[in-house]
Amino acid sequence: MILGRNYKNIFLVILMSLVLSACATQTKKVDGQMQGDVYTGTDTVEYLADGVPDRVFFATNESVLTTASRETLRKQAAWLRKNSDVTVVLEGHADERGTREYNLALGERRANSAKDYLMTYGISSNRISVISYGKERPVDSGSNPLAWSKNRRSVTVKAN
Amino acid sequence: MKYKNILIILFFFIFPNKSFGLIEVDITRGNLNPLPIAISPLSSDSSTKNELSKSLNVQDVGLEISKVIENNFRQSGLFNPLDKDSFLQKPDIAHLKPRFEDWSLIKAQALITGKVTYSEDKLRVEFRLWDILAAKEMMALAFTTVPKNWRRVGHIISDKVYERLTGEKGYFDTRIIFVSEKGPKTQRIKKLAIMDQDGFNTKYLTLGNELVLTPRFNPTNQMVTYLSYFRNLPRVYLLDIETGIQEVVGDFPGMTFAPRFSPNGKKIIMSFAMDGNSDIYTMDLENRIVERITNHPSIDTSPSYSPDGKFITFNSDRSGYQQIYIMKSDGSNVKRISFGKGLYGTPVWSPRGDLIAFTKLHRGKFYIGVMRTDGKGERLLTENYYQEAPSWSPNGRVLIFYRETKTDSKGEGFSAKLWSIDLTGYNERLVETETDASDPSWSSLLSN
Repeated sequence: MILGRNYKNIFLVILMSLVLSACATQTKKVDGQMQGDVYTGTDTVEYLADGVPDRVFFATNESVLTTASRETLRKQAAWLRKNSDVTVVLEGHADERGTREYNLALGERRANSAKDYLMTYGISSNRISVISYGKERPVDSGSNPLAWSKNRRSVTVKAN
Repeated sequence: MKYKNILIILFFFIFPNKSFGLIEVDITRGNLNPLPIAISPLSSDSSTKNELSKSLNVQDVGLEISKVIENNFRQSGLFNPLDKDSFLQKPDIAHLKPRFEDWSLIKAQALITGKVTYSEDKLRVEFRLWDILAAKEMMALAFTTVPKNWRRVGHIISDKVYERLTGEKGYFDTRIIFVSEKGPKTQRIKKLAIMDQDGFNTKYLTLGNELVLTPRFNPTNQMVTYLSYFRNLPRVYLLDIETGIQEVVGDFPGMTFAPRFSPNGKKIIMSFAMDGNSDIYTMDLENRIVERITNHPSIDTSPSYSPDGKFITFNSDRSGYQQIYIMKSDGSNVKRISFGKGLYGTPVWSPRGDLIAFTKLHRGKFYIGVMRTDGKGERLLTENYYQEAPSWSPNGRVLIFYRETKTDSKGEGFSAKLWSIDLTGYNERLVETETDASDPSWSSLLSN
């Protein structure tokens, strides 16, 4: 009986630790979608072609490209070089935590920062147009840091 | 031209003598002690009532006009319109000669009476303003107009009385242009809409096929400038709300946005974004000449002229973050004026010239505030989770802006509404709209 009860306790402890670790991994996973306040997850990302993500993400009020963003844009550039008849629109966006007019300018600045990088990898500027939506077209309607990080983005969209 | 067809006839007008002026509304302190005012229903005979109820679908237009006035005064926060049920004297008799004791019994300090008559398809409305304590008539006016303008008559009477009692121009015979919003946040449908200042007579000016933002009135006429994504090209447009005719402003090879008129209505000032940089430009609407006003690698946007047209306030991040600047209207003498903690945006110069209203972002909150044009004397009027874009009433007394609030208990979902607040920071009010609404802009007085 005593032994049995001990086993039961051990079982409970194991069960508890499983539950706890499950919680821990879950929180970690959410944290893992942002580095600083730049989104690093993939759940809103679409693909221009196999292995070529369509968007890059920015820090609050920033238009500087992160290492990950530059890698994504190099993949886009390589794909665009292979598909030389494709033209693209870069859509720049901001999160909701800013004034409307400033965010229109910020979205334009972000899309151009992506455009400049594509051009340094050999894509002609006449294949790239740019549009800013400011904060008018969020991809995540939530009002929390994770949602905002998904919305601060420049999305490369095929135009033809 | 439609708005000129209201004929204002001076009936008889007793020029106010300062020594009579016992009633004074203290306009410096907001709504702490609103003036008790009785607004008697305007009287009309039964044939007038019958004729008008057929054409206007209103039972008693005299009563309805008095309700328009009553609502304006209540919203202003400066007046306390008394309950009509407490009135002892009949409207027609009160209009001839009020029994001042009866009105002072219900604590009224001022009384408005009037009379409506209808003949030859015209509505004739006369009104009188009485000082109850001094037992004197303060003002008397009459208007003739087409019957369907009856609400405007109520607004014009409100403006006349407001001006007589406060010494400032009113703001009731005005309209608000704004963006009507519908649908989920990720696919919001936005339309241009216009309504009377009190929320009546809403009309939609676009169908919602393209994104529209930031409409602003020309201070001198019925033109509007706004941003439209027509054919997915975000450009500043000019719209004549009388004719519905619209055109793109200028021929820019990129996004133009953040438009506003100059005080004389002859220029549009706006931002033009190119290669990741936004600068401020003007276009003269007569000769179409475009001038570049700022030339800086930072974002320069949200320009707004001083009422004398000599200066421009604008938003720039040239210091690293969004701040408010002023400069001469030719772009020289750029000076930063916002130095408080946080970010500052959407500066708008007051029609009185002495203040700049703005949106401030600090520690996750949004504030609407005002500062003097040298940046000193910052006062925050209202704090919320998200609100922005103040626009001044034409007398520089009230600000209208929009605010987004969460609609469910989880802090998600949202609703965008228009709000107004007195310059003193008192009397914050929801401005009722048929749909969700944002980006309000206040017109000038329509009647003068």
